[in-house]
Amino acid sequence: MEALDLARWQFGVTTVYHFLFVPLTIGLGVFVAGLQTAWHRTGSEHYLRLTKFFGKLFLINFAMGVVTGIVQEFQFGMNWSEYSVFVGDVFGAPLALEALLAFFLESTFLGLWIFGWDKLPKRVHLATIWAAVIGSNLSAYFILAANAWMKHPVGYEVTGGPGGGRARMTDLWAVLTNSTALAQVPHVVAAAFIVAGGFVLAVCGYNIRKERRADPDRTVPLRRGAADMWRTPMRAALVMTAIAGAVVAGSGDLSGKLLHEQQPMKLAAAEGLDRDTAGAAFSPVPGIEVPMLLSLLATNDPDAVVRGTEDLQAEFAERFGPGDYRPNVPVVYASFRVMITFGLATVALSVLGLWLTRRRRPVPGWFARACLLALPLPTIAMIAGWLLSEIGRQPWTVQGELLTAASVSPGVSLTEVAVSLAVFTLLYGLLAVAEAVLLVRHVKAGPEPAAPSEPAPPVSGDGTTAAVLQPTLMY
Amino acid sequence: MELTTFWFAVIAFLWTGFFVLEGFDFGVGMLLPVLSRDEADRKQVLGTIGPVWDGNEVWLISAVGAMFAAFPAWYAGFLSEFYLPIVLVLVGLIVRGVGLEWRGKVHHASDRTWCDLGITAGSALPAFLWGAVFADLLHDSALAALIGGVFSLTLCLLHGAVFVALKTSGPVRARARRTAMAVSAAALPAGVVALSGIPATGTAVAEWGASPWLWGCALAAMAALAAGTALTWRGRDGWAFTATASSVALTGAAVFSALWPAPLPGLTVAEAASGPYTLGVLTWIGLIALPFVVGYQTWSYWVFRRRLVAEPS
Ligand code: HDD
Ligand code: HEM
Ligand code: HEM
Repeated sequence: MEALDLARWQFGVTTVYHFLFVPLTIGLGVFVAGLQTAWHRTGSEHYLRLTKFFGKLFLINFAMGVVTGIVQEFQFGMNWSEYSVFVGDVFGAPLALEALLAFFLESTFLGLWIFGWDKLPKRVHLATIWAAVIGSNLSAYFILAANAWMKHPVGYEVTGGPGGGRARMTDLWAVLTNSTALAQVPHVVAAAFIVAGGFVLAVCGYNIRKERRADPDRTVPLRRGAADMWRTPMRAALVMTAIAGAVVAGSGDLSGKLLHEQQPMKLAAAEGLDRDTAGAAFSPVPGIEVPMLLSLLATNDPDAVVRGTEDLQAEFAERFGPGDYRPNVPVVYASFRVMITFGLATVALSVLGLWLTRRRRPVPGWFARACLLALPLPTIAMIAGWLLSEIGRQPWTVQGELLTAASVSPGVSLTEVAVSLAVFTLLYGLLAVAEAVLLVRHVKAGPEPAAPSEPAPPVSGDGTTAAVLQPTLMY
Repeated sequence: MELTTFWFAVIAFLWTGFFVLEGFDFGVGMLLPVLSRDEADRKQVLGTIGPVWDGNEVWLISAVGAMFAAFPAWYAGFLSEFYLPIVLVLVGLIVRGVGLEWRGKVHHASDRTWCDLGITAGSALPAFLWGAVFADLLHDSALAALIGGVFSLTLCLLHGAVFVALKTSGPVRARARRTAMAVSAAALPAGVVALSGIPATGTAVAEWGASPWLWGCALAAMAALAAGTALTWRGRDGWAFTATASSVALTGAAVFSALWPAPLPGLTVAEAASGPYTLGVLTWIGLIALPFVVGYQTWSYWVFRRRLVAEPS
């Protein structure tokens, strides 16, 4: 066991963990902003209650996204100092821009949103949530541009000799418009909308079933009354998930084509293809092969040659010197399939739901139940996507430039990494349980009843003081 | 000004901004059990930082992000050198953040107590450790680290107490003022020792040890600290807060001046810096964006400018 192995585990654990919360922040934030906009437009109490209900779930999750993100920001320097020194010139720039342009926006305006219900004019208050969610989505763009650069480095040159080399940025625009980033950003952001859509579907499905159980004789007509509370957000989430599904498929297809050009080893591993093959087949599950599909996916040409791991290995060994340049093929292969099937299953569910509930038809009970699946499926797909992307890139941290083994901090001992890995894993484990319990309790409690007179008068006292008013979203 | 100097100054500014702003957040978090008798008090105390603490924390994220982009070797060397203290800082920031966000959303009083514990402990850890880390960086000695840690901890306590006095009314404000006076009895001596240590000794400051600028910053920081105490006593909350904020800012100025031009032993700013292209584009973007950031953060303080009165319970 070396510090390197533990550092890799630590990066994997903390990043996957950060990414459990990130998609929900990205997608659910927009959803809540949409609900509040609907309230603003229609004045309907129903939307206000939904805004506060989903807003609370959003905030519980947001907290975890923030605190796990800070660890990420420090981790490159702590565990990957050689990497940081090598790439900082290029890679640090989008990270700094993310903090300056996105995180400030997100956190400042979210503070204004949470505490500003009774202090800001309604319209300005609505604008604050939109500013915050624009910040979240912008942050995704910058960090993904940084990540894309590691897979397909552009806009830089390497100065200095072996060992002391450094990447120097020559073109920021090229880094920010990297073809890999332009495919990855819509792919990951749309996937985040699927995760958030699935979350909303599960919450609505749960509540619809709960209300049906409380009213088994259906004295309340299905189309109106209690179940209607959940029908609107469910329809909205179905639309969101279906549209995001189309974007994910389109950008995923584009990513595949870019892999063929830029990261052929990852593509070969994703299919478990040993040898360069013309008219390569794709196997949706091991054992079944669809002829020529992989070539078609990778190039739009069913007869094209797709590279194989062994042939690439020989070529890389010649180019970069002796070594093993193959990633962990079984993991990459499995991740690819889990991502596609689990993700698209959610999308299929949402298309089905749209059809079932068309023209004000009530939500069938069995469908409400099936919606519970929309909670785990896309999240698993999302994680699988990252495993494909990151493990498929090994043994490189920066494709063709820097090996993972050469990235680790030389001065950090095995004990230090072990301690921090243990501390973070434990703490994260505890917090995950706490968050899950908290979310479940809030979902079970349901939205607050409609308030008699909302919003409350803002100022008490002499105009220089304010009461510590506690609407639902504050402390 | 030459770009590496400029970026060093920007990073010093971001770190200092972080200490000024999160300094009172940490102080308020640590003082939560001291300043409140019941749940209404706790809500009032935490209400003072509720809307702003997350935005304040981004100053730290920006400082670290800017170090990464402008001085990769400084970023990498600093964080891997102080590995375990940084792990503890992160643990503190995690439990504090979660506590702050969740305490209003838990359903049982006992869970709220857990959140409060997280807020208090999670504020104390970084408040102590950042001071210890920077003092160790300057002096490379465990004693110096201890003194630096005690100073930053007590300075945050004072700054936080003064902030609560400024932002509340009623019994909480009275308690905050008394607490500020009590804390200053520790903060003042710690400040005298720690601040006079900055110009006097140190590895990184060999050539600069005699600098009048460093002595100027250090003495002014001590004076501001004393002024903050005196003004609190006189009930001039606004001016007292200005004084403690200046004291934190001047301490930051002294520390970063002492770190120039070698922010890590054996590593100069010039060696650590990114290329001129990167520094150049970052400068343009920073110059355009930073005024907006400062603008809307100031606006958010303006929106929440009123003193909080306790919720009638
Ligand atoms: C595709 C999106 C995405 C990805 C790949 C990452 N993050 Fe993240 N991050 C977000 C999307 C996001 C977010 C949605 O914007 C968060 C989640 C909750 C939040 O407040 O913002 C966030 C929070 C967040 C924060 C706290 C911000 C605050 O206090 O407001 C930091 C410092 C980072 N992230 C840093 C990182 C780093 C260094 C990453 C690379 C390993 C990373 N994130 C991966
Ligand atoms: C948030 C989504 C992400 C997830 C779930 C994720 C997951 C992973 C995993 C599992 C590894 C370990 C691979 C291995 O060692 O076999 C890894 C490695 C790595 N990733 Fe990511 N990653 C994500 C985003 C990013 C981003 C945005 C960056 C850069 C900005 C990044 C940079 C790295 C680096 C530097 C490594 C090297 C360490 C290593 O090889 O273990 N990752 N990531
Ligand atoms: C038609 C279906 C899909 C295809 C063809 C597809 C294709 C791809 C490809 C080729 C990559 C690797 C890109 C790279 O490493 O550079 C990737 C990554 C990824 N995928 Fe998918 N994907 C699909 C569906 C999904 C779904 C439904 C989700 C999640 C809900 C998802 C989430 C991700 C994530 C998070 C990554 C890692 C980030 C990235 O590298 O872009 N994908 N996908």
